[in-house]
Amino acid sequence: MIMPEERIIVPKPDRRKKIATIITVIVIIVGSGIIAHFNIIDVFRNLSKGVSILKRMFWPPDFTYIPNIVKPMLETIRMAIVGTCVGAIIALPIAVLAANNFIKTKWLHVPLRFILNIFRTIPALVLASLFVAVFGTGAFSGVVALSVFTFGLVSKLTYESIEAIDYGQVEALISLGANKLNILRYAIMPQILPQYLSYTLYGFEVNVRAAAVLGYVGAGGIGQLFEFNLAWRKFGKIGMIIIFSFCVVMIIDLVSSSIRKRLV
Amino acid sequence: MIEFKGVSKVYPNGVRALNNINLKIEEGEFVAIIGLSGAGKSTLLRLMNKLIDATEGEVFFQGESVTKARGRALINIRRQIGMIFQGFNIVKRMSVMNNVLSGRVAYNPTALTILGIFPESDKQIAYRALKKVDILEKVHNRASDLSGGQQQRVAIARALAQEPKLMLADEPVASLDPITTVQVMDYLKKINEEDGITTIANLHHVDLAWKYATRVIGVRAGEVIYDVQMKGMDKKQFYEDLEGVYGRALHSDEVLGE
Repeated sequence: MIMPEERIIVPKPDRRKKIATIITVIVIIVGSGIIAHFNIIDVFRNLSKGVSILKRMFWPPDFTYIPNIVKPMLETIRMAIVGTCVGAIIALPIAVLAANNFIKTKWLHVPLRFILNIFRTIPALVLASLFVAVFGTGAFSGVVALSVFTFGLVSKLTYESIEAIDYGQVEALISLGANKLNILRYAIMPQILPQYLSYTLYGFEVNVRAAAVLGYVGAGGIGQLFEFNLAWRKFGKIGMIIIFSFCVVMIIDLVSSSIRKRLV
Repeated sequence: MIEFKGVSKVYPNGVRALNNINLKIEEGEFVAIIGLSGAGKSTLLRLMNKLIDATEGEVFFQGESVTKARGRALINIRRQIGMIFQGFNIVKRMSVMNNVLSGRVAYNPTALTILGIFPESDKQIAYRALKKVDILEKVHNRASDLSGGQQQRVAIARALAQEPKLMLADEPVASLDPITTVQVMDYLKKINEEDGITTIANLHHVDLAWKYATRVIGVRAGEVIYDVQMKGMDKKQFYEDLEGVYGRALHSDEVLGE
């Protein structure tokens, strides 16, 4: 015999919160669009213009221009390499000082972190225009900008890694009479080195992309060529620069990320 | 060897882990500290090499105050005290050899040790330490490639490389299976007997205390409530005593069995 099942009545969930959230999000998006003078009609009105420029950029591709791109591209990569190395090398000792489990007084790591946060909020392009004003145009300003940018990125990620290490290994070194430097060498470095190298490679990937636009403010690299061609409206050459940069960046990303996967 | 004079420890969160401990441990003893988790065993051990600071009272190592030691004097005390841990705490991303050599850092100039340079005599000490725990053949392996029991033996070798007077063992076998447990305990006993290194171990299993210790100290709620020499001790009597220390019957996981 089948027992008649009792009908269960559950109160309906309160929908008001959900509806309020959706309305708020819509208001924020639409409001931002209005403030920024974004007009969807303009997008469609200029669509044909956009398509024609895209066509001039990529069809037919202007392969004869490649020899002119190689040299500035190499300069861009060199800038990224030097900038990454300098920034990452400075980042390591600073990250150690900024970690709260190595030096425990708040007087050091709280102000240090504040400064590091400032470094990280400044985009590489802004840094570059700043250094162009200081050192003049050229790759050197770009390298300095990338160094500072890498420093901010790598130091932050590294000090967070240091704080996440297995402290038991540090405790063991303390117990056998190791001083701070030995603790660093024998308990902390072995644990964070693979991560640090991985962050440095990641910084390199970001820097290659950043270095490609730095020339726009006169800080050397392929961006300078880009700006020159844009000024003369040579869209075919611009298209080739974009295709070439895209390929180089993609290859670097692929190689670098496959190394990073093996590191950690 | 080790002396506690009126030692109390109150943690910043207000927990009184130890209350007015007076205790003297003599050279050559193999002391097992027994008690429920949270009784204060680990705190007791960590006060001996100042991994934590005492709130009141003073701890002495060979007549010297550990509590008041700072800087160079503290390093000088610590390097004579080996310590092994439940989680082994060896550096897994380093070779076995570098792990054991790191036990020598406090005997060498920092300028050389951070470059990884150790004198040949220290390397010999490291090899001997590894040989003592029968793991010399793994000397060039990465520590992470070893099993738990092997890692704990490397940890013992690292402590031995300090040429310590005292060996502290904080739950040394709690993460090991019964067979490797006996191996590790046998090595600790061998070191205690052959090299005369005083050993103090926090143990979870009462029958390990019965089998290996020359003296058993029972801790409950931050106080030493039991302290006996094991020579001539009756096994049944001992287990009954420990039920008093625990305040309840022994659980099956506290006894390894024969």
